[in-house]
Amino acid sequence: MDVRNVAKLAHLEITDEEVAIYTPQMASIVNYVEQLNEVDTENVEAMLGGLTAEGEATETIREDASVASLGQISALSQAPAAVDGHFQVPKVL
Amino acid sequence: MSVVSKIQTVLDNAERLNPILNSFLSIERESALMRANELDSVESTAPLHGVAVAVKDNICTQGTRTSCGSRILGNYAAHYDATAISRLRSAGALIVGKTNMDEFAMGSSNETSAFGTVKNPWDTGRVPGGSSGGSAAAVASGVVDVSLGSETGGSVRQPASLCGVYGLKPTYGRISRYGLVAFASSLDNIGVFGRTPTDIANVLGVISGRDPLDSTSADVPVPDYSAALDTSVKGMRIGVPRALFGEGLDPEVRASVGSAIEEYAAMGAEIVDVELPHAKYGIAVYYIIATAEASSNLARFDGVRYGFRAEDARELRQMYFRTREEGFGAEVKRRIMLGTYVLSSGYYDAYYSKAQKVRALVKRDYVNAFTQCDVIATPTSPSVAFRLGERSDDPLAMYLSDIYTVSANLAGIPAISIPCGLSTERLPIGLQFIGNAWSEPVLLNLAQKFEAAHPDKEKPPVHVDLT
Repeated sequence: MDVRNVAKLAHLEITDEEVAIYTPQMASIVNYVEQLNEVDTENVEAMLGGLTAEGEATETIREDASVASLGQISALSQAPAAVDGHFQVPKVL
Repeated sequence: MSVVSKIQTVLDNAERLNPILNSFLSIERESALMRANELDSVESTAPLHGVAVAVKDNICTQGTRTSCGSRILGNYAAHYDATAISRLRSAGALIVGKTNMDEFAMGSSNETSAFGTVKNPWDTGRVPGGSSGGSAAAVASGVVDVSLGSETGGSVRQPASLCGVYGLKPTYGRISRYGLVAFASSLDNIGVFGRTPTDIANVLGVISGRDPLDSTSADVPVPDYSAALDTSVKGMRIGVPRALFGEGLDPEVRASVGSAIEEYAAMGAEIVDVELPHAKYGIAVYYIIATAEASSNLARFDGVRYGFRAEDARELRQMYFRTREEGFGAEVKRRIMLGTYVLSSGYYDAYYSKAQKVRALVKRDYVNAFTQCDVIATPTSPSVAFRLGERSDDPLAMYLSDIYTVSANLAGIPAISIPCGLSTERLPIGLQFIGNAWSEPVLLNLAQKFEAAHPDKEKPPVHVDLT
């Protein structure tokens, strides 16, 4: 596994020391999870949701009406940087 | 006794024991006493009137710290209450503090917390389990009777086992996840620790039920859990998957759990053999699905809207990368990267898709088993509490301590850990019952039977009554 490339995809600026630590650790975990290859899943449907029949049957669509939300002041109150009602970030380019 | 004086005692005990156990990340003295005063000024029949609750620090409590045990959330004070919290407050309960945890609930020992590890009240050289270790230790040490934790693969039951308290993971969809900071959304649940099964039943009744703010909360009536606690177990079929009692299981744990199961047989339960042929794949399935979902859920922590931001980044991408690098701890980064890897182009089918298929087989095992039995009994953890640092350099060894707990999360079914004995070193051992969906009354009743048979349990050396 190219740990440095995976870190890049995950938006992590990892160090050389971390690459040295993570590479064998992640290889051993990946090696462990690969035991799933011995399970025959030929006619098995992947399980995406559907943990309980009752949960599946629960109506989740609400009425299309506006409700109160967090609000701008509260939403910005814990931002590391905010200006004029907006989140502030370093320049993009 | 007034609520104020009761809460005063709880807060004093929490402050007194915290230098030893580090189970609380914050003790909310001011707000709890203010609320206690209000409660004293009204006549109330609220079901949890004056009950002190400790809450894991990944459950949002408006205006107070919700750090998830992570540097990246730093001093974040939640914008709103989780639904479980607002329901607790409406029922007269008080939040006395936020408890320490493995960072973002990723860990089985509490050692991944950015704010120091929690110590086990039975032996402060040992871990309390995780990830809800602070909530478990707070109950075990007698500071509170009840606390909230969260579960993704055993994070309530395993620390309950290692600290010698009751711990329930409910059915997926039983308790709203609104305001529970997401780790792996298809596996996450809020769970409850209690000194007794009654404590859990009372809280569960209040916080359960459909919530429009969580589309995965199920519209299933909430029964009176306390009323279920004096049902006979005569004729109940307890399934025992003998194949899981072999390799890797501490002999003392095996013996203690075995004799606890015998006690139920003596009460009239029928013990039957069951098989869960795919349970052994549970950890592998879990570490693909949980990390995949985590890599997606934790993408939101980017230093823009709240929490920590790395200083002196010259442009936006650099700010994201540095914030996440400096803000997340090693275990969280490892899991984010694993999840990123298993979802990445070319690997999705081999890992994620495959894991979802084996997950279906794990679930099918339970469906089949529950045609032969009413509940399934296993140990909660293969060992008693291990020493601090013993497994922290070997993530895979740490993951394997979840072998008995993860499959209930994969299947979405409820399970409870019952403190069933002590090892020769005076360390707690847990018996786990796993039930069918919505069988919380059955599990709590089973727990109550054990509690009633063993009313005078030994207290840990670090306890409000002893220390």
